[in-house]
Amino acid sequence: MSAFVRRLGFGGTLCLALIVTFALLALFAPWLSPYPDQGMGTPNVIAKLKPPAATFWLGTDHLGRDVLSRVIFGARVSMSAGLLIVAFSLLIGLPVGLLAGYFGGWVDEALMRITDVFLAFPALLLAVLLAAALGPGLLNSIVAVAVTWWPWYARMARAEVLVLRGQPYVEAASVMGVSQGRILIRHILPSAARPLLVQAALDVGPALLTASSLSFLGLGVLPPTADWGKMVDEGRKFFPDRWWVSTAPGIAIFLLALAFSVLGDALRDREGGKRRDAP
Amino acid sequence: MDLVRYTLRRVFLSVFVVVGVTFLVFVVAQVVPSDPAALYAGPRPTAEQIAKARVTLDLDAPLPQRFVRFATAMGTGDFGVSYKSRRLISQDLRVYLPATLELASFSTFLALLLGIPAGVIAAARRGSWLDRLGSLGSILSVAMPTFFFAMLLQLVFSQWLGILPLAGRLSQQMSISDPLPFLTGFNLIDAVTAGRPAVFLDALAHLILPALTLAAYPAGIAMRLTRAAMIEILAGRHIVAARALGLSAPRILFGHALPNAVGPALTVIGLSFAYALTGAVLVEIIFAWPGLGRYVSEAILSKDFPVIAAATLVVTLCYVMMNLVIDLTQTLVDPRVALT
Amino acid sequence: MTHLDIQGLSVTIPSPAGPVQAVRSIDLCIAKGEIHGLIGESGCGKTMIGMALLGLTPAGAQVAARVFKFDRIDLATSAAALRGKRIALISQDPAAALNPVLTIGRQMDDVLLTHSQQRKKDRTAAAAALLAATGLPDAAKLMKRYPHQLSGGMQQRVVIAQALATGADFLIADEPTTALDVTVGAQVLALLRKLVADRGLTVLMITHDMDVVAAVCDRATVLYAGLSVETGPASAILTRPRHPYTSALLAALPDAAPHGQKLAAIEGQIPPSTETISGCAFELRCPVATAVCHGAPPPARGSDDHHWLCHLAEGAP
Repeated sequence: MSAFVRRLGFGGTLCLALIVTFALLALFAPWLSPYPDQGMGTPNVIAKLKPPAATFWLGTDHLGRDVLSRVIFGARVSMSAGLLIVAFSLLIGLPVGLLAGYFGGWVDEALMRITDVFLAFPALLLAVLLAAALGPGLLNSIVAVAVTWWPWYARMARAEVLVLRGQPYVEAASVMGVSQGRILIRHILPSAARPLLVQAALDVGPALLTASSLSFLGLGVLPPTADWGKMVDEGRKFFPDRWWVSTAPGIAIFLLALAFSVLGDALRDREGGKRRDAP
Repeated sequence: MDLVRYTLRRVFLSVFVVVGVTFLVFVVAQVVPSDPAALYAGPRPTAEQIAKARVTLDLDAPLPQRFVRFATAMGTGDFGVSYKSRRLISQDLRVYLPATLELASFSTFLALLLGIPAGVIAAARRGSWLDRLGSLGSILSVAMPTFFFAMLLQLVFSQWLGILPLAGRLSQQMSISDPLPFLTGFNLIDAVTAGRPAVFLDALAHLILPALTLAAYPAGIAMRLTRAAMIEILAGRHIVAARALGLSAPRILFGHALPNAVGPALTVIGLSFAYALTGAVLVEIIFAWPGLGRYVSEAILSKDFPVIAAATLVVTLCYVMMNLVIDLTQTLVDPRVALT
Repeated sequence: MTHLDIQGLSVTIPSPAGPVQAVRSIDLCIAKGEIHGLIGESGCGKTMIGMALLGLTPAGAQVAARVFKFDRIDLATSAAALRGKRIALISQDPAAALNPVLTIGRQMDDVLLTHSQQRKKDRTAAAAALLAATGLPDAAKLMKRYPHQLSGGMQQRVVIAQALATGADFLIADEPTTALDVTVGAQVLALLRKLVADRGLTVLMITHDMDVVAAVCDRATVLYAGLSVETGPASAILTRPRHPYTSALLAALPDAAPHGQKLAAIEGQIPPSTETISGCAFELRCPVATAVCHGAPPPARGSDDHHWLCHLAEGAP
């Protein structure tokens, strides 16, 4: 245990603990939240906009639902959004980058110009346009963000492959007549994927922030599902007089995003990778 | 030679990107949505109205033909008509775009103003409390949701301290009783040219909170990049060499170290501006800022695709232009860039 | 006539692990017009001596000496004033020593501007003349270029031209050929030799390479662990070394060993610069060390012209 703490650092371990806590809350939300039915959306209009008290620790929202239960259920959406966005983006970006870097020539040129077009958009704006076109819904918003996200991974994977392709062991395999597909999968993919996975860990935070932004704009989950971004938006009408409606979910997004980014930093430091700064 | 070739390639790529961007916007705004004609025809349309809308929108033409028409229209500044308000989108943009650009420019300015000196100080006093405070701030600013940060700023500076206005672009009495003549659409500039200091200060006060919201994250990045760049530059052999040649300290700092720092600073400008353009969608709703962002977010709710498409395209074009200018400036500052 | 006169120079740098004695005790006498080699392995304090002469030691470093004079001026107080005026540096890696984002012309002009009151036109002409003097033709075109567009040899010539532009008469050349190809390095050395003869310069040639000493140096000083252990005419140092370390250094040269025999590497390591040394610094690695080497610092032996520090009267094997 202490060796583990030393490897991740104190901050990294704390953040990992925080992420695990949120994950457990998300998984066991129906058993852990004080009012599971309200967490899932049942209105409770007799207790509208009650401030935090013994019965409702974090107060209630405009439909009288327990904010704590909503925040706990909201963890399900934010967690899965953050992870799925990154996973989908890797799923598109990694193969594209591998092919572009490995085959070079016109394949490279074509694929990279396509990624250029995607990267030319301010990312959130393209996601907004896409999410609006696809219609609201969690999966649609995740797809919308992933579409703006994958080109980063494609570029990164391509850069890795360009380095790996010149490595003696790859050239040796090629000279010995190992098939290209086999070289790509056996020799290049494993080494190229490592730094990408570290970057992906770093990106979960920004990904869930972007997803919550879409949700704040009304492009995320459909009511009555609880989602942090949407809850902040709903509470905006009552802010700052009834601050608790927006504050609790706002802090939850902040904490989870912070935890992922500090943990990602700790992982990257261990891997000795480089940081990419991009909005 | 390198420079000319690089410039040509960079310009050519930008043109290609603009065409690609237009195509992507066309596909997403006109092909993906299930039935634009029904949206265009208004609430509870009859079958006849929908059929008419299909003709108006030219939905039955083959796709390539539709794209060419779309691109030509966009290229000539004809963005069509809003589904909802039936106003010409180009007219709306003329009002909203300057508002957003003013916000984005000012927040970029704030980000540089906060981030670059902080980075220089952090580099000069590595490991000091200021350095640590700076890196803590930049970690926190990455994780803070823009929309929530905006609300917190409103709470503190407007609600509690009452020193800055809650929302809007100008105070009501200013904008209604004696409106500014529309010249550039940048209130700060228009107030100066109209010679009205009171309006200028009012506009500035309204700008601060939304701009600060958008500046927080880029300021953190600016600080980190500046810090890293300064540490690297000041440790550079050529600085030692310049000292050994007897050059004076100011000449070394301004003549030799600073030109090396311009590159990173330009990168920061690009990042900040892009972040501000994007974040405007979120921040403008909260601060009731009458710009493109709010225009888009309202269009989202009514599925007003022509508006979303036009705004996305215009903002992206601003962004592409900005990046082109930055990249080309970069080559003037550091000729090695053109080699890559 | 002694131009540079240093006796008992030490440089101590504070560090988390205690004070580091980068230079323990150096004697260095260089006559006007001489090319004086300063030989030693990496980490023996060579570069730090150059920095001390320029007054560019790291912050917090303590520089002390019994005598520390350049042309009868006390360097302890006026190193910064002489830097870039009478004493200039030709630094190790020309690619790093030139500012990557400024043109050659601008970098030459900055130096000339600092050291003369000439007008722009005259400065440009002066820069062109200096570049030509270092063997760089077509100066007008060259001055518009950036460092990365030049070869290593050309970069090093520009760095030398910059040093000349200061008007300094004493140059510190810190490993000027290490970053270059052998043939290009030889050309640069020939250029330095010519400049010394033509302009009456004096050069402190910092190097780890005995071939450089053989090629250009008049006299040489051998450093070991921050100490000057042997000083003499370059030919004597190369052919009749008296300090065991000098002879070990010569024996370790690849062409010193007869074909087919093992190279004579020097076993062991330089004592860490955080340690204080009570006896002879080379004792633990010395093939001829005896009990006397252990207790006190070794005495100076030999003549003014060629002297060394050793307990043993017969010196090197």
